[in-house]
Amino acid sequence: MYAFTFHRPQTLRQAASLLAKNEEAKLLAGGHSLLPTMKLRLAGPPQLIDLSLVEGLAGIEQSGRSLTIGAMTRHNDVNTSPVAQQAIPALAKVAGMIGDPAVRHMGTIGGSIANNDPNADYPAVCLGLGATIITNKRRIKADDFFTGMFSTALEPAEIITKVSFPIPKKAAYQKFRNQASRFALVGVFVSKRGSEIRVAVTGAGSNGVFRVTSFEEALKKRFSPKSLEGMSIPADGMNSDIHGSAEYRAHLVGVLARRAVAEAIGKSAA
Amino acid sequence: MSVTGIGAAVRRKEDRRFITGTGHYTDDINRPGQASIYFIRSPHAHAKIKKIDTHEAARMPGVAGVFTGEQFAQDKLGNLICGWTVLSKDGSPMKMAPHAALAAGKANHVGDAVAVVIADTLAQAKDAAEKVVVDYEPLPAVVDPAKAAAKGAPLIHESAPNNTIYNWHLGDADATNAALKNAKHVTTLEFINNRLVPNAMEPRAALAEYDAASGSLTLWNATQNPHVARLVIAAFVGMAPENKLRVIAPDVGGGFGSKIFIYPEEVVCLWAARKVGRPVKWTAERSESFITDAHGRDHVTKAQMAFDGEGKITGLKVHTTANLGAYMSTFSSAVPTFLYATLLSGQYEIPHIYCEVDAVYTNTVPVDAYRGAGRPEATFVVERLVEAGARELGVDPAVLRQKNFVKKFPYQTSVASLYDAGDYHASLAKALEIHDYKGFAKRKRESERNGKLRGIGFATYIEACGVAPSALVGQLGAGVGLWESAEVRVNPTGSVEVLTGCHQHGQGHETTFAQLVADRLGLSIDQVNVLHGDTDTVQFGMGTYGSRSGAVGMSAIVKALDKVEAKAKKIAAHLLEAAEGDIVFKDGKFTVAGTDKSAAWGEVALGAYVAHKFPTSEIEPGLKEGAFYDPTNFTFPAGCHICEVEIDPETGEATVVSWTAVDDFGTVINPMIVEGQVHGGVAQGVGQALLEHTVYDDKGQLVSGSYMDYAMPRADNLPSFHVDTTVTKCPSNPLGIKGCGEAGAIAAPAAVMNAITNALGTELIDMPATAPAIWAVLHKANKMPRAA
Amino acid sequence: MAAVSLTVNGKPVTADVDPRTLLVQLLREHLRLTGTHVGCDTSQCGACVVHVNGKATKSCTVLALQLEGANVLTIEGLAAADGPLHPMQEAFRENHGLQCGYCTPGMIMTAVDIVRRKGNDLDDHTIREELEGNICRCTGYHNIVKAIAAGARAMRGSGATSRAAE
Repeated sequence: MYAFTFHRPQTLRQAASLLAKNEEAKLLAGGHSLLPTMKLRLAGPPQLIDLSLVEGLAGIEQSGRSLTIGAMTRHNDVNTSPVAQQAIPALAKVAGMIGDPAVRHMGTIGGSIANNDPNADYPAVCLGLGATIITNKRRIKADDFFTGMFSTALEPAEIITKVSFPIPKKAAYQKFRNQASRFALVGVFVSKRGSEIRVAVTGAGSNGVFRVTSFEEALKKRFSPKSLEGMSIPADGMNSDIHGSAEYRAHLVGVLARRAVAEAIGKSAA
Repeated sequence: MSVTGIGAAVRRKEDRRFITGTGHYTDDINRPGQASIYFIRSPHAHAKIKKIDTHEAARMPGVAGVFTGEQFAQDKLGNLICGWTVLSKDGSPMKMAPHAALAAGKANHVGDAVAVVIADTLAQAKDAAEKVVVDYEPLPAVVDPAKAAAKGAPLIHESAPNNTIYNWHLGDADATNAALKNAKHVTTLEFINNRLVPNAMEPRAALAEYDAASGSLTLWNATQNPHVARLVIAAFVGMAPENKLRVIAPDVGGGFGSKIFIYPEEVVCLWAARKVGRPVKWTAERSESFITDAHGRDHVTKAQMAFDGEGKITGLKVHTTANLGAYMSTFSSAVPTFLYATLLSGQYEIPHIYCEVDAVYTNTVPVDAYRGAGRPEATFVVERLVEAGARELGVDPAVLRQKNFVKKFPYQTSVASLYDAGDYHASLAKALEIHDYKGFAKRKRESERNGKLRGIGFATYIEACGVAPSALVGQLGAGVGLWESAEVRVNPTGSVEVLTGCHQHGQGHETTFAQLVADRLGLSIDQVNVLHGDTDTVQFGMGTYGSRSGAVGMSAIVKALDKVEAKAKKIAAHLLEAAEGDIVFKDGKFTVAGTDKSAAWGEVALGAYVAHKFPTSEIEPGLKEGAFYDPTNFTFPAGCHICEVEIDPETGEATVVSWTAVDDFGTVINPMIVEGQVHGGVAQGVGQALLEHTVYDDKGQLVSGSYMDYAMPRADNLPSFHVDTTVTKCPSNPLGIKGCGEAGAIAAPAAVMNAITNALGTELIDMPATAPAIWAVLHKANKMPRAA
Repeated sequence: MAAVSLTVNGKPVTADVDPRTLLVQLLREHLRLTGTHVGCDTSQCGACVVHVNGKATKSCTVLALQLEGANVLTIEGLAAADGPLHPMQEAFRENHGLQCGYCTPGMIMTAVDIVRRKGNDLDDHTIREELEGNICRCTGYHNIVKAIAAGARAMRGSGATSRAAE
C-alpha cells in the first residue's frame, strides 16, 4: 500500500467536509474492494475516510411500500434481516450470495454500489428493483445512477447514505459465477411490481449493469419463463475475456432470465 | 496390528501445532536486525535491460541496499542449473542456457527479477522500488510451445537455436509405424495438457542470515529438499562451501513439486544478507507466486493407438512438444521424458511404442515437476486413447481395458519400465462394484429427465514412484543419486529419534515414520520423534517428491532399524549372559529362546550407554545406526478411478457427481493418511480438468495471474470421494510400499475428461472443460436442447 | 504512526502502527501471533480468517486502525494454551482435516463461525457452500467437511464457542 492518512469522522457532515477538502480521498466502507486494490498498489488515495463510526448510516427498515437500507449495512445483516427477508426475499437472498461469509461480514451495500464493479450483484438488484439511491445531497434513481463500469452519477464530496427499494410483488436473482473470482460472470435480477417489469443484468455488459427492455416487454404480456422462450440478446456490447465469450454471456442472459422468472413465480427453474 | 503400528489409522502427531496456530513456517521466523527484500521484476515477457538507475531509490527512507543483475554478475557466482542431462536423438546434450539468479542484459519472462531493494520494512522496500528506473527495450515474445521452434520465432537464448532444448525419443519407431500401418483400427487424438500453477497455500519464502564471525550462512527456506538446495547453492552457485551453509526447511505449507526446485530468490537472499550484513527475508505474495513458482504440464500432443481385429492394442505413437518456459528449472528436463514416455504402456501390454518429445523455451515462467510430473500427462494420453478407442470400436471401455491388461509380472514394457507387481483386474473389478457401474444407464436416464447430460469415465492408471535406483537414473542423465538416508538414535532411556532426509510438507511423516519405528521396537509412537528438514541435524537426504518417502525413505529407516536391532541383540546377549544367536526380540523385549530370561527394550538401551556389561573393545558403547537405502527398481502404484459427471447443457456447467478410487499402493502404513493423499490428488486433477486455466496473452502477459482469474478448486466444486484399496506388495523394498502421494492427480484428469466426452458425445474438447468451453462444443454441434 | 487499542484473545493491546498496517500484520508482526496466515493478496483464500467482534473476518482486508476498541479472537486464543482443545480443533485432528496445516487456522476459525450462524447440525452441502472463502490445496476438502460436521456436533452443549462472541 502507498502511505495515506486515516480519518474516522463521527458525523456525515465531517465526512463530507473531509471529502470536499481532499479531492483524491477515498471513502472506506467495507473495504473489500478498495483495500485489495490498495494492497496491490493499483490505487493510492492519500487520505482514507472510514465511515464506520458515522452515526445513522446502518440499518434496515420498512415504511409503507418501500424497504430502506443504510449505506453502511453489511451484506450479512441484509441477508439475515427478518425485515428484509419479509419485504423483499430476493434482495435478502442476493446479499447472501455476495463474496463469501467473511466478506459479507464486512462488505456494505453503499460501498458496493458506489464502486459499481461490472460484475457485482447489488447494482443489478438496484436496477432490477428500480431503487432510489439517497445521498447527503439528493435522491438519484438507479436508472440514472449507474453510468458505466466503475462509474456512477456521484459527484465529488457526495456520500451515499441509504438505498430505498420499492417492494415488488415478485422478484428473483440468478447468478452464474465466475469460478475464479466468484463474482457474477452473469447475473440477472427480475422483478414485477404492478405493471412495471424490470430485468437487470450484471457481469455481462462491457459497460456495466443494464436493463433488457426486450425481455421486459415480453414479460409484460405474461410474467412467465415461457414468454422468454427462445429469446436472447445480441452479443454486441457484451464482455469477452478468458472467462467467457460475448456470445456465451449473451446466451447466459437468456438462460438466467428464464430461470429467474421461474424462481420468482415459484416454479422449478429447469 | 497394534493400535499404533503399521496399518493403523493413527491420528497425526504433528497436528497439535497446526490446529493451535503454533507451527513455524518460514515467514513465522524472525531474526534480530532482519531486513525485508523486494524483487523488481520484468513487466515484459522479453526485453533488453538497457540501464537501471538506482540512485534515488538508494536514498529512500529505511533502505539498506539496492542491487541489480549487473552487480550480481560482477560477483562471479554460478548459474542455477537443471540437474538432469537429456540427450537429443542425435546424441547431442540438451541446450541448457545460463540462468542467473538476477537477470542482467535481458529479461526472459514476466516476473524475471532484474534488481532488488533491501530495507527495514517491506513497505519501505516497495516505496523505494518505485524509484528504481529500469530502461527496457521490449522484444517480440513467444509463448505458444507449438510456435516456439518455428522459423522466425524470437530467439530467447543464443545457445539454443530454434528455442529447442532437445529432440528426444524413446522406443522403436519402425516397429510402431508398422503396427499402425497393419492395424485394423487406429484411434487418433490431439490434445493440450494445460499449464497449471501449483499454488501450495504457503507462498514460497526465504530468510538468509550471515554470521561474519564464523563466515557461515543459514537459510530458512520453504523447500521440499533442503540438502539438495544446499548442494546446488554451494557446488553450482558457489555461494559458500557446503560446510558453511546450513539450510533449514521448517514447517512447509504444501509443495506439490513447486518447492523442490532451487529458485533465484533464496540465492539472492543469501547474497544480499552478506552484502548488507543483516538477515534478509523474502516471502512471496500470491501474485508473485503466479509469475515465479515453476508451473506444471504444458504439453501439446498428437497420439495414435493401433488396435487389431480383437480389440488388442498393437501399437502407440506419440509426439509431444513440451514447454519448459524461459529457463530450465532444476528437474525440468526429466519430466516430459523419463517420467513421461516410460509410462506410456499404461496398464496394458502394448508391443510397440514410440514417443518423440521436443522441449522448447518460451517467454513464460519455467515449467517443472508438479504433482505427478510426467505421469499425469502419460496417463492422459493412454487413457483418453483407450476410452476413445473403445467408443470407436463399440466396446465397453471396461471390457477393452480388461482385454489389454498386463496379467503376468514382472512385465517388461516396450518403453523401458519393468512392472514388478500388480493386479489390474482386481482394482477395476472392485471399482466397478463400488461405483455401481451397472446402474449408470439408469442414472443417465434420470439426469436426462431433468434436462441434464450425464457421463462416466475411467482412468486405469499406472505410475512409477519410489524414485529412484541411483545407477539407473545416472545412466539416464541424473546429476545425483536418488537413494535416501536414515539414522535411528536410541536414547539411554529407550526413546528414539529418527533422522530422515525426506521432508514433510503435509504428508504426515512425523506420524507414519514413528508408526514404523514404534511397531518394530515395541514402543509407543510418543516415544519416537522424527527429525527432518535441517542440514545440521540430518547428514544428507534427497527430499520428498515423486511419492518416494514411504518406499525409499522408510526403507532406509528399516535398514537402520535392522542394524540397531542387531547391535541391541549383541548387548542383550551380554546382559542376559546368553549366546547372541539365542536372543529373540519381539514386542519390545529381548528373550533368551526357550527360557523366561528377558530384558526390556529400555534396559538394553540403558545398558548400551552405561557400557558396564559388555566388552567395549568388541562392541562400541551407544546405540545409534545410520543407513543409506538405494532402491533396486521404481515402484508401480496403479489403480482404477471412475468419475461421473452431470452437465447442464444450457450453461455448459459440469459437476462431478461421484468419484470412486480403488488404488493399489502396496503396503499401507496409515490408511487415514493414504486416503487423505488420494482426496487431495483427485481434487488437483479435477481442478486441472475443469477449472484451472493458465492463460498467457500473445505478448507473454499472464492473464490468469491471481485467484481472481485462476480458478482454484473450492469445497463446492467437489463431491466427497469413495476411496478404497487393493494390495499387491511391492517386491523390491522391505515394506512392500509403492507410494500414494500423486495417484489422484495422475488418474483424475483422464477420468474427468473421459466422463465429459462420454456425456458430450465428442472427443473434441481440451482441459479445462469450463462451462463456456463445454457450451461452445454443444453450441457448435447444435446440440442445444430447446429452451425450457 | 497512529495508536490503536483493542482486545486480542482476551488481552488488551495497544500498538503504534503505520496507518497502512493490516490487522494480519498487526497480529503477525507486532504481536507475534503467527498462527494467522496469508495465502493470497486478493481476499479469497481465507488463511487469514479471525473473529472480529465475534464474526469471521479476513484479517488481510481490514486495517488495524479500523479496529479501535474491537475484540479480536485468533486461532491462538480459541483454546487455552495449557487447556483442552476446542471441539472444532479436536474434530480437525480426529478427522484428518488438515495436511500441511497452512490453511487450517483460517478453516477452523471459519468453521466455528459457521456453527455460530448455522447451528450444530450441518449437512455436507451447507458446509461446502459456507467454505467458499477458504481454499485448501491439500485435502480435497473431503475430510475438512467431515471435520466441520463432527466439530459442530461436538460443540453442542460443550459450552465452547467463539469467546469473543460471548
